[in-house]
Amino acid sequence: MSTHKVEAPLTDEAIKKLKIGDEVLLSGYIYTARDNAHQKLVDLIAAGKPLPFDLKGSVIYYVGPSPAKPGNPIGAAGPTTSYRMDSFVRTLMKLGLKGMIGKGVQNKEVIDALKEFTGVYFGATGGAAALLCKTVVENHPIAFEELGAEAITRLKVVDMPLIVINDCYGGDQYIEGQKKWARA
Amino acid sequence: MKTIELSEVTSKIKDICLRACMELNDDVMNALQGGQKEEESPVGKAIFGQLIKNAQIARKESIPICQDTGFTVIYMDIGQDVHFVGGSLKEAVDEGVRKAYTEGYLRKSIIRNPISDPVNTKDNTPAILHTEIVPGDKVKISVLPKGGGAENMSRIKMMPPSAGLKGIHEFVLETVKSASANPCPPIIVGVGIGGTFDYVPYIAKKSLLRKIGQRNPNEKLAKLEVEWLADVNNLGIGPSGLGGRITALELFIEEFPRHIATYPAAVNIQCHAARSKTVTL
Repeated sequence: MSTHKVEAPLTDEAIKKLKIGDEVLLSGYIYTARDNAHQKLVDLIAAGKPLPFDLKGSVIYYVGPSPAKPGNPIGAAGPTTSYRMDSFVRTLMKLGLKGMIGKGVQNKEVIDALKEFTGVYFGATGGAAALLCKTVVENHPIAFEELGAEAITRLKVVDMPLIVINDCYGGDQYIEGQKKWARA
Repeated sequence: MKTIELSEVTSKIKDICLRACMELNDDVMNALQGGQKEEESPVGKAIFGQLIKNAQIARKESIPICQDTGFTVIYMDIGQDVHFVGGSLKEAVDEGVRKAYTEGYLRKSIIRNPISDPVNTKDNTPAILHTEIVPGDKVKISVLPKGGGAENMSRIKMMPPSAGLKGIHEFVLETVKSASANPCPPIIVGVGIGGTFDYVPYIAKKSLLRKIGQRNPNEKLAKLEVEWLADVNNLGIGPSGLGGRITALELFIEEFPRHIATYPAAVNIQCHAARSKTVTL
């Protein structure tokens, strides 16, 4: 296990250095999207229409923040459970999506896509929303503002603390970590 | 007979919704601090550290502990000698929730009607309101903002009586195991046993209002709570599901009479952001 400083958007070279269990401090630009926004993105793709942001190298943060208080870029902003977006991942990775930040288990289809397209799934600490929002320094609306907390926005983050859950080699930190600590 | 203005109910509900979402109760904070000391997995220990720091930031800066400020579940024990005046109780409760969520920068997460009108109500109403009529002239109001992630991992099972306690024990462990990292461990497990299809999850959820360490007054159940908590922690899921000794901070069991043909069980999972506040009028 090692600690990496990683910049978003991601490159294949950076992703290949990451192994399950590694600690990451992520800085750069990432995009928020959850259930409804994902549906709208794949609908646009299916209709052959342009997307509201460039997926190449992109990192999506599965989050629906609480409203920002005046003077703050964002409200509380911890990860939502990722499996609800599993069915969209492959479609987005084909177009350049490289990383997802969320919490909870990913299915085999996602883990296979991370291998095939050289991607990474980061875990942020679920429920650490007040702590995580302190790493967000900018927040710009990008699309679907009518969705409120589910809108897509572009965040600038500095040293966001993450853990590599699924790497591009097919590993799964939840399985390995839990196996190590389980008692029969 | 005691008269209570419903405007007072509205104002108290607003207050406890806001405080529940931003101020973690001492029992949960103590459990996180205890967990940080006891957890053997280094990454698990670090997660406890994050959660403690998170709760401190939330309280100091009035930021929600978790962005998912939940479905607002409210329990009211209403003394039978109380007379509410000034409108409808249900509306007074919803107005308190509305004010807290719209004025207090809390997330609004409620879709009006899943099929017929799937739009956000934009004020987190309606609340889920449970009322019980009790002796006396007091009104006890508890709020439990319940996030979606842990609700999604909760289960109910209508078992045959032959399944017995062993069947319920297996069901509890299976539910926590399959939830894995999803419901934001370290969790609190609320187990309901008995009653009917609708009542068993009610008692499971209501158990989550207990303070951590508060054992069921029934000795048999208290003993089971301790044993099953140890079994859950032996699953190795650990903080954030990354592996570790502490998967759950607490396990509560509540029972209720059952029909001779049924043995219902419910497991309501509570994330570590175990938010609740109670006030008495």
